[in-house]
Parts: sequence; C-alpha cells; structure tokens
Amino acid sequence: MDDLISVIDWSRAQFALTAMFHWIFVPLTIGLSLIVGVMETIYYRTREENMKKITQFWMTLFAINFACGVATGIILEFEFGTNWSNYSWFVGDIFGAPLAIEGIFAFFLESTFFAVMMFGWKKVSPGFHLSATWLTSIGVCISALWILIANAWMQRPGGMEFDPEQARNVMANFSEVAFSSTAMNKFFHTVLSGWVLGGVFVVGVSCWLLFRKSNEEVARRSIKIGGWIGMIGILLTMWTGDGSAVEVSKTQPMKLAAMEGLYRGDAGGQSLVGFGILNPSKTLDNDEDPMLFSIDIPYGLSILANHDMKSFVPGINDIIDGIELTENGDTIHGISYDERIALGREAHQALRDYNTAAKAGDENAKTLAAERLKANFEHFGYGYFEDASQAVPPVAITFYAFRIMVMGGGYLLLFFIIALLAVYKFKGLLKNRLVHILGVLTIPVVWIVSEAGWVVAEVGRQPWVIQDLMPTRAAVSAVSASSVELTFWIFVVLFSGLFIAEVSIMIREIRKATKQEILNR
Amino acid sequence: MRKFFSRAAEMYIDGFRSMTVGKKLWLLIIIKLIIIFAVLKLFFFPDFLGASCDTDTEKAAKVRQEISDESRRY
Repeated sequence: MDDLISVIDWSRAQFALTAMFHWIFVPLTIGLSLIVGVMETIYYRTREENMKKITQFWMTLFAINFACGVATGIILEFEFGTNWSNYSWFVGDIFGAPLAIEGIFAFFLESTFFAVMMFGWKKVSPGFHLSATWLTSIGVCISALWILIANAWMQRPGGMEFDPEQARNVMANFSEVAFSSTAMNKFFHTVLSGWVLGGVFVVGVSCWLLFRKSNEEVARRSIKIGGWIGMIGILLTMWTGDGSAVEVSKTQPMKLAAMEGLYRGDAGGQSLVGFGILNPSKTLDNDEDPMLFSIDIPYGLSILANHDMKSFVPGINDIIDGIELTENGDTIHGISYDERIALGREAHQALRDYNTAAKAGDENAKTLAAERLKANFEHFGYGYFEDASQAVPPVAITFYAFRIMVMGGGYLLLFFIIALLAVYKFKGLLKNRLVHILGVLTIPVVWIVSEAGWVVAEVGRQPWVIQDLMPTRAAVSAVSASSVELTFWIFVVLFSGLFIAEVSIMIREIRKATKQEILNR
Repeated sequence: MRKFFSRAAEMYIDGFRSMTVGKKLWLLIIIKLIIIFAVLKLFFFPDFLGASCDTDTEKAAKVRQEISDESRRY
C-alpha cells in the first residue's frame, strides 16, 4: 500500500517535472514562429534588406529554442508506457490516434520546412522561403492541436465507448473527440498564450538591446511587431479564458470550486475572489471561513462561470452533496458523490464479473456483466474512493495558481500597452532605463504565468487522470517506487543541464547582438 | 525530380557547412537524443505491459484485473 502511494507520488512528480520543462520551449516556439512569419512577410512585401536581417536575428533565437526543446515531449510518452501503463492501455486509440498524427506532423511538416527556413535563404526563392516559414509556424500549431485534443479528452471524455473485452476505450465519434468545445477552447487559449509569451520575449530582448544602447533600430521595430502580436494575443487569451471558465463550470465544476476556494455557493449570485489568502484550517467538515482575507468582486464568479450575475455556482461541499440552489434559494437535488461512489463500485463489480466470465468462457455472463458495466460506466472512477473527500483537488495550489495566472495576465496587458505607447506615442519611454529593466524582468514573469495556467488545469482536475473514469491511483503501473524516484532525479540533472545550455546559448547569441550591428552584418 | 533532390541535398550540406551557432545546437540535439533513446528508453523506460504480456488479449486481461482490483481503492 505504502509503495503504491509512493509510486503515484513519484510518477506524478516526474510527469509534472517533464511536462513543465517541455512547456518552457513550446509556447516560445509557437509565439516566435508567428513573429518571424510576420517579420518575413513584411520583408517579402517591401524587400527591405534591414527587415530581412531583423527576421534572421529572431529566427536564430527561434532555432536555438526549437533545437533545445525538440524531443523533450517524447519523454512524456515513455512515462505513459512505463509509469502509467494502465492508463495508456485504458485510453486506447483515443489517445494513440492524436499522438500518432502529432508525431507525423511534427516530424514531416515542422522538421522539413524548418530546414528550408534555416538553410534556404540563398537556395530557394523568397516566396518559397516565406511559405516554409509559415508552414513551420502552422505545423507547430497543428502539433499543439493534436496534443491538446488528447488532453481535452482527459478533462472531458466523450465520443468513445468502453469495450470490456479489450479493457480500453474505443473511438465511436471522431469529431466529438477532435472538435469538442473543450478541445477547441483549450487549443485557442493555449496557442494564443504562446503569442503572448513570444511577444514578451521579443519586447524583453529588445529592451535589453536598448539598455545596452545597441541595435536600437532593430529593437524599436521588433517592439512594434512583438508588442502588437503580444497585445492581440493577450486580449484573445483573456477572451478564450472566459470561454474556458464557462466550459470548466459545466464539465469540471469541482475544479472551478477549487480555483475559488469555494465550499458553499450562494443563491442569487456568487462573488469572485479578486485577491485572497486561504484559511489553512478550513476543511470539508468544519464551518470555518475558507478565507483569512479577501477582496471580492460582487457577482464576479456567477458572471465568469455562467455569464449570468444571479446564477448559482456550486462550492466543493455542494458538489459532493449533489445540490444546487435556485435564485430564490430553493434546493435542487442532483446526484451526490456518495451515490456516485456506490454506482462506481457496481461498475467495478461488473468488470470483475466480466473477468471471471471471460476466464470461464461464459458468453452469457459476459454479456450481462458488460451491460451492467455500461449502465454505470460514467461513474466508474468514483468506485475507487472510500469517501467523497478523496475526490477533491488540492485547493491551495489551484487557488493560488489561478490568481498568479489571472493577475499575471492583467500585468501583461499593461506591459503591452506601455510597450506600444513607447514606440508610437511617448518615444521618450524607450530611452528610460527603468522601462528597459521592466521589459527584461517581464521575460521570466510570462513563463511563470504560463506554467501557472497549466497548474490550474492539471492540479485542479486531480485526482482524475481521466475525468470521472480513472483516478491516478488506478492509472499508475505496479512498478517500484525507487525506480521512478531514480529516473526523477536523472531528469532533474538532465533538464537542468539542457536548461542551462539553452539559456547560455541564447544569452551568448543576444550578447553577440549587443556587440555588433545586426543591420550591417 | 533528380534535380530537385540534388538541390535539396545541396541545401542541407551547404546549410550544415555554413552553420555557426548551429553546430553547438546539433551537438546538443545529438547528445540529447542519445541520452533519451539509447539510455533512458533502453534502460529505464521499458514497455511495462509488453514486458509481462505477449498478446493484446493478455494485456487486456491484465489491465481488466488491475483496474477492478480492490487494492486500487483509496
């Protein structure tokens, strides 16, 4: 038992470490590929040699990031096969198909056109080169699309049927898997956040050039392009974030409740915690105030979750009890977690009976067990819990990560407004060293905000690997905890080395730009 | 067609030859891929189900057993 808990913890820690490391590279690849695409398009239309050199400068930084990030995602697939073998088998082709398509796209589209983009300046026509740059950017987005489809299915499984004979989910409706509103929302929110990160990177590095009084023309023109893409990106990220909140309120209400530290919802409209400190003594069973301190926005959560200021937003205890309130405070009874646990147990028993019948070769018993399983399959995952409290995500991590993401997003909007005002209206700001320092310091901030977004999405859905169907405890392999611990520390060393390598190569390239004129190279 | 392929090969060869920062990057990529595929995959990340089951039927039976086992409960 202890070893199983240890395996789960180490496997989760390892997966989180790998995913968060992978996510250092991905959003910058998404954002910078778009920015160099826009820069090269300007060069293509004007044939201005300076614009070509600016494009090439950023393309080199894009290449460094691309090279350092390549194949880091493959490690996640290794972990699926070794540490999460039950999960890998259970998800079947629902997960396998998008990942296979992603692999093909990533390899052929990105890699092929990436080579043309880097090597082809003097070898292919400007039009062909521009096409290769855009196809690289599109390839990056399509790769992200398939991964996010797979992730969205884990958050909101649908379009499949569980086949007890194969012990895996079989795709029944491709479009329901690929084009669910959860998948589309997740895709746009994630890709657009990459634009923001790319924008901050370009503006931040440009601020460093200005700080060093080097390549000021390159910096000013780059801030214009990076600033606009970042500004469009942050506005659209906020818009799609609103869509994500509505989506989460419908499909993962427990995650939303954890994001807000909300235990009991109010009839007639729920306020949003703008800023707050959670009460660590609060539990599901006591009546203590969940917040030690908070600044609330009246009706904010009802508007965010349902676009209706008077709507009821259930808290953690409400969801566990299966109750909702009308505007007048009348109670509507739904299904409680205790009931779901009982139905989940029935589903488990049906699967055990199926197993027994399969071993005995009793086809009739198999059919009956499969029917019982199908009737309760939507509650299957709840059968693993002894009590409802085990189905509650870590509230504090989800709550604070959500605030880092939202407040960070607000800061980034302000940052892009200042950047664009500096290049268009108040040009004196571009000479202000405090503005330069602000630009440089915002580079790590945007990564923290971006990673916090994933923490909200992934920690907030715990303990589920697949929402309502499979918790981490059922998904993990019966491997030894010490072997997972060992690979965890190997990854710590490997990833630290790779991170240092990327940052040092990147800094060397940027430093080179502060010592020589990019436009006269 | 032959001309296309020879031009493509020439682009890659010339590209690699004229790389500056790229040489370090390729070294980094190669070392990384060796560690990932020749060390991690080979020694630390075996196919867990594949190691104990030969056929898909056996894998299905094993997973069915695992996910409905009461010891998996919290």
